[in-house]
Amino acid sequence: MTRRAVTLRVGIALTALIALIALVSLVWLPHGVSDTSGGRLAPPGTDGYLFGTDRLGRDLASQFMIGARIAMVTGIGAVAIAAVVGVVCGIVAAFAEGWFDDTLAGLLDVLIAFPTLLLAMLIVAAQPASIWTAVLAIGLAQSAIIARLTRILAKRVLQSSFVAAARTSGTGSFGIVVGHVLPNIWTTLAVSLALQFGLAVLAEASLSYLGLGAPPPNASWGRLLQEAQQTVLVAPMGAIVPGLLIVVLVIGVNLIADGLREKLDPTARGRIIA
Amino acid sequence: MTLLSLDDATVAYGRDAPAALANASLRVNAGENLAIVGESGAGKSTILNLLLGLRAPTSGRVLYGDRPLARRDRTMMRAFRRDVQCVFQDPYASLDPRRRVAAIVGEPIRSLGIARGAALAERVTTALERVGLPADATTRFPHEFSGGQRQRIAIARAIVCEPRVLLADEPVSALDVTTRVKVVDLISELVASSDMTLVMVSHDIGVVAELCEQTIVLERGSIVERGATSDVLGAPRHPYTRKLMSAVPRLP
Amino acid sequence: MTLLALDGLTVRAGDAVLVDDLSFSLDEGERIGLIGESGSGKSLTALAILGLLPAGLAATGSIRLDGTEVVGARERTLNRIRGRAAAPVFQEPRTALDPLMRIGKQIAEPIRRRGLRGGAIDQAMRRLLAQVALDDGSRIARAFPHELSGGQRQRVAIAIALAAEPKVLLADEPTTALDVSVQAEILALLDEIAAARRMAVVFVSHDLAVVSRVASRALVMRRGQVVEHGGIQALLASPQHDYTAGLIASARRFENALERQMRS
Repeated sequence: MTRRAVTLRVGIALTALIALIALVSLVWLPHGVSDTSGGRLAPPGTDGYLFGTDRLGRDLASQFMIGARIAMVTGIGAVAIAAVVGVVCGIVAAFAEGWFDDTLAGLLDVLIAFPTLLLAMLIVAAQPASIWTAVLAIGLAQSAIIARLTRILAKRVLQSSFVAAARTSGTGSFGIVVGHVLPNIWTTLAVSLALQFGLAVLAEASLSYLGLGAPPPNASWGRLLQEAQQTVLVAPMGAIVPGLLIVVLVIGVNLIADGLREKLDPTARGRIIA
Repeated sequence: MTLLSLDDATVAYGRDAPAALANASLRVNAGENLAIVGESGAGKSTILNLLLGLRAPTSGRVLYGDRPLARRDRTMMRAFRRDVQCVFQDPYASLDPRRRVAAIVGEPIRSLGIARGAALAERVTTALERVGLPADATTRFPHEFSGGQRQRIAIARAIVCEPRVLLADEPVSALDVTTRVKVVDLISELVASSDMTLVMVSHDIGVVAELCEQTIVLERGSIVERGATSDVLGAPRHPYTRKLMSAVPRLP
Repeated sequence: MTLLALDGLTVRAGDAVLVDDLSFSLDEGERIGLIGESGSGKSLTALAILGLLPAGLAATGSIRLDGTEVVGARERTLNRIRGRAAAPVFQEPRTALDPLMRIGKQIAEPIRRRGLRGGAIDQAMRRLLAQVALDDGSRIARAFPHELSGGQRQRVAIAIALAAEPKVLLADEPTTALDVSVQAEILALLDEIAAARRMAVVFVSHDLAVVSRVASRALVMRRGQVVEHGGIQALLASPQHDYTAGLIASARRFENALERQMRS
């Protein structure tokens, strides 16, 4: 097996593992979400509590599973928003010319320079804490990066000979975008979006850790980490497992991005001069 | 009959920059294949873009038949695009690498609303036949073909809607010497066998001599000489034309 | 004295043979043309002589450049002889020059490698620029590549090649990307300089007429193999191989069209 095939497969395996946990959590959890009958801070392995319980006696394993669901929703949601908003804005910007073009480019650069987390916090702090505001905030913040990438890629395609040929064939701008620009840029965008997935999960974990995400029992891994902070020496699993799960998911998605890039990059094919 | 013309057209890219094209006037008459000769920076691409309606002149006019070309008039542009098609220079860049040959060659037919479905497919097959490519080329991608074959695909796309003016931008410069002959022959035959007039932009004087009866010579944005190819090449009057002719490498 | 000797050079990419059993030799002052279309292996041969084959390609056989064996040589050995034994002029002046370095600095590099220092470098540089007919020497030296025209950049590339005082000049389609009028000037320049310095020249091109301007002997290559070789006049007058005849016929075709137009 080639090296890049391994990368892709391992990435898919890791991500699928988390996705599976998330899916399963929709239909089954080891214990009820609000069930506090386990006794406070029971150690892992007691009596059907795989990882033990938290300060209020709730099953940690169930909370980790819910955290998986939240992480997946965040990743998919943020990436979806970033993709739609970013690509549309990027394409519009690609058609701009002259001073309008320069202004848009500058605007995008400013948005990107602005720390995503800070931006997200501003948006989220103004709303009651919920997963959807976090997803929206992160998605919007990331859309600036996608927009800038789309703009550059689309501009290059728009300057190509085959787009000039499409114009002389009578194809309108919409037809050119759908038929020529998007098919030629989507692979590079896909790699970037895969990376953004990981970043979104990390961003949400950070937001939750700072207390801006939903509280338990619908907590994300970041929030669980924060909750586990005070009792980390007594019940370490409460901190280790969420941390590990975040690592697994983010590495998994990054490996997918790496594997995709190797597989889809058209310039990776070498040319021999003879 | 004048199919296409430029009337005192000037193109300047900025207020301070020298004009890419200055006060150019020319006529494309039916049946008279025209060559536009010049070196890099002469303004060949600019003239081409004007004649293709891809840009408007800063001053002066582009005329389609006897009417000024109105790029916002969709009905006029549709008729214009059907009548004026182009073969671009680089066979490795003028075909969308993500599209199959059928979609590439059929694009003008589809975008101009000329035909759909089976009728469209038939016109694509006919065009491919005329350029000497097999019918099974339709399902393949550009990278599966050689430079000469790709240029044939580009030619097929240019003739598929049966234009009256075929513009060609250095159509054989990027090809091998032996392939050049074949493609030049193809263009010659296509132009002769249909109601098409060729306007070819080129720096290759040998190919110009082979294909075009009329020649215009461009130097740094201005037309410096024009006339019958035999006159322009055989008895050049302008010093630049003379310099060009003497610089052409000849076999001993 | 033989400056360059190829003996059975074969270049492979995996199983594919890109250059097949190529042999020729060049003495001081001699010139040879490598004529072929794309895929003929002519450019790969030039790269192989300099030890610059891209990764994934393997060369076997022998290339002796000024007495040193190039095939299988280590990078250190190659670095010593590159420039002094052989120097290249490539097709695309845009990629041959570092876009972020001033021209003067780029020419100075090979001069410094020769051992000159300080004011002597400056002098050598001006002399070189004058030799390639770039008269406004100081302005050119301060300029960046993108500020020059294609013809000027190619002259700079030639100056850089000459700066190392090579014994063999490897020109790979040096005028193909240039305008016709500039091409004529560059060819005349190469001819003159090579004669003045008694350099051996390997001239790679697909254009018969261009090769005949510079070299008197040629190898015709097709798909990695030498199809025919000999004096250019003899090749043109009576080609032995069909492929050579085809190449000549194609070239003559457009020349004849030109002559017909000029005569009528």
